[in-house]
Amino acid sequence: MKEKNNAGSREMSGIAAAKLETKQDLLALARELQAEGKKNKRRVVICGGTGCRANKSLELFQLFQKALKKRWLGPEIELKMSGCHGFCQRGPVVVVEPEEIFYQEVGRETPDQDIEDIINKTLLKGNYVERLLYRDPRTDEIIPIYHNIPFYARQQRIALRLNGKIDPFSITDYLASGGYQGLAKALEMNPEEIINVMSKSGLRGRGGGGFPTGQKWSFCRNAKGDMHYIICNADEGDPGAFMDRSIMEGNPHGVLEGMIIGAMAIARGKSPAGGYIYVRAEYPLAVQSIRKAIEDARNYGLLGENILGTEFSFEVKVKEGAGAFVCGEETALMKSLEGRRGMPRQRPPFPANQGLWEKPSNINNVETWVNVPEIILKGGEWYSAIGTEKSKGTKVFSLVGKVKNSGLVEVPMGIKLRDIIFEIGGGILGDKEFKAAQTGGPSGGCIPAEYLDLPMDYEHLAEVGSIMGSGGLVILDEDTCMVDLARYFLTFTQNESCGKCTPCRLGTRQMLTVLEDICQGKSQTGDIELLGEIGDTIKKASLCGLGQTAPNPALTTIHYFKKEYEEHVHQKKCSALVCKELVSYNIQSVRCVACHRCLWVCPNKAILGISLKAPEIDQARCDRCGTCLEICPARNKAVEKIPGAELKAAG
Amino acid sequence: MKGTSPAKIQKALTAVAQTLPAKRESLIPALQAVQEKLRWLPRPAMLGISKYLKIPESEVWGTASFYAQFRFSPVGKNILTVCRGTACHVRGSAGILSELEKEMGIQAGETTPDLKFSLEKIACLGSCALAPVMVVNAAIYGAMNPAKGKGLLDQLRRKSKSKKRAASKSKTRRAK
Repeated sequence: MKEKNNAGSREMSGIAAAKLETKQDLLALARELQAEGKKNKRRVVICGGTGCRANKSLELFQLFQKALKKRWLGPEIELKMSGCHGFCQRGPVVVVEPEEIFYQEVGRETPDQDIEDIINKTLLKGNYVERLLYRDPRTDEIIPIYHNIPFYARQQRIALRLNGKIDPFSITDYLASGGYQGLAKALEMNPEEIINVMSKSGLRGRGGGGFPTGQKWSFCRNAKGDMHYIICNADEGDPGAFMDRSIMEGNPHGVLEGMIIGAMAIARGKSPAGGYIYVRAEYPLAVQSIRKAIEDARNYGLLGENILGTEFSFEVKVKEGAGAFVCGEETALMKSLEGRRGMPRQRPPFPANQGLWEKPSNINNVETWVNVPEIILKGGEWYSAIGTEKSKGTKVFSLVGKVKNSGLVEVPMGIKLRDIIFEIGGGILGDKEFKAAQTGGPSGGCIPAEYLDLPMDYEHLAEVGSIMGSGGLVILDEDTCMVDLARYFLTFTQNESCGKCTPCRLGTRQMLTVLEDICQGKSQTGDIELLGEIGDTIKKASLCGLGQTAPNPALTTIHYFKKEYEEHVHQKKCSALVCKELVSYNIQSVRCVACHRCLWVCPNKAILGISLKAPEIDQARCDRCGTCLEICPARNKAVEKIPGAELKAAG
Repeated sequence: MKGTSPAKIQKALTAVAQTLPAKRESLIPALQAVQEKLRWLPRPAMLGISKYLKIPESEVWGTASFYAQFRFSPVGKNILTVCRGTACHVRGSAGILSELEKEMGIQAGETTPDLKFSLEKIACLGSCALAPVMVVNAAIYGAMNPAKGKGLLDQLRRKSKSKKRAASKSKTRRAK
């Protein structure tokens, strides 16, 4: 608790006094804090990310605090609330340092008992609390230490380096963990040198475009203007991806430090620089932590006028997005920052020359920015040694869907899809059959089982018709209907289309109508070809990235799962039992005990029967709500769901 | 229709004028600030913003209606939001939404006539590892299913009923 108090008093008592005047001040303070941090050995770190908070980790923290106080353990044991660990599914996560014992699902059922056990067994005696440890779903083996858990063991964390380790609301904690060292180094470099390091590192934009960061910065540096804008794109609209939220919640200073270095590389000695962070309003905790980080950095003299006593000044403002997916597109985002409708515009002119308020602007994604300080500190060669020939470094994937361990995983580029799903992810939920992996969100595509050994990098993903995108990786199993999935994504893009250009506005609408027809059994021969035709046109003729990639989910699923589409169109059958109109319900008279529960609950009165006899479903009246299946006692399992609408036709 | 009183609107507008500069850039933050106070954007409030920022009302409306965050009709006391992100979709969030629609007798994006409940859907909440996810009055619930969703609704219904009962009891007591 000592360091915490120390840090607290520093922040509270002498905000002005703590202002760092020179680089030497920063290094001295960091050394002091690091020495302080090492003294404290026992530490309990409770995750305070959105995922763990949903499982009441805030309450757990307070209970823990009380329990420690009651036993007079407060001064010896430091209690810390960290940012997101990425393993949100197992939350609340509690890590006991220095051994790094990983406790999962702490306090979900019996918070008081769990805390008692951790204090008595682990903190006082050094033993494990077995029931809270991680159990490998494949081998059933208990793994107590954080780094040995397969989910973490195969990861290489650079962007997520401090996630789950530091208190995101404390700048001193960040400084004690080596924070702002990259900035200190960059102060000694001239802007060209910084850009050179970035180019050498081979870092490419992590938001989806994959454009080389060093090149982007040099374009903006060379652009003429009396003001340069540095923007952080934190409008993570991609459904199924949440790495940007996690990074902002877990390590906001890392993003900020990256932006300050970027501003120095682009604008130092040329023109004044201004910064914006455009963050989704749907992420309240991320907004809160980034705001606090800006305030602290300003108080410490790391942001604002004359950073660390140099001539360089830089200010960052936070703007909350208002819920429009298209604002993730750079030109649309800038329009939104200006207070207008977030509609993309024609490029060129590129934002590097004419961006926000027609001034040269450089925009990068959260994950890109957070990598910057580490690259500056360790060098471009270090970073470029990781990954593949053209895709350097690591990438954070949000591994979600029908997989056992879901969460954020940061792996070197080029890792096999199979390793991510089966080693890190622990396999498919319920040991079902793997069907496909959906990457890149609504702009991406589906990768079928035959490409399980595909190296995950920009080039190979493009080769199979998908994209890296921002790193969404949704795992699908045999119970997923690919046509329904394509319909889902088209519903999304159609909804989010800004309406500026016709191919996207009307094309996505048409594709959606056709897909809806297919899912509802109203399709005609030729509909699949029609989808391909419209899709091609939208891809070629749309103005921005949203439109150009909108048909991808439909086109890739048609390419790899044509059989499933044909089955829907010709046989009016959905084998995955997802499309409501293409399945039927049936009561198996052999299994039925004639309890007649289904008969009473059926909202359409479609089940007919007389006492002591198994009832029957009148297929013509049945609207496939599934209520009968739910009510049928598990021991009987008399109601079955079968693919195909033939039964209805017969009835 | 139960609206928002002009005094409240005026208060929200004054707060905007005190904190935000009168620039075009302030339009979206102004709308957000007003909505945070009033929970929706009544027309007089938008007119007030238009006057303060000197932007035509049509443009204020045009910008506001572009973004999904803004509401143009009063919202219920309790807001139930179902996440419709990809991870939630493949784990069955459509079923939760349709169950709630059926239970509440309204469609997503609507409010019950007594202004007690609103049902909304969100593109993605970013809590994908907990899929499917629901938000009830800013509290996140993970690993949901239709039955659990209905359970949350019932809980809220009981709460609002018992509040009503408590209120009416105290009234009768005071009358005595």
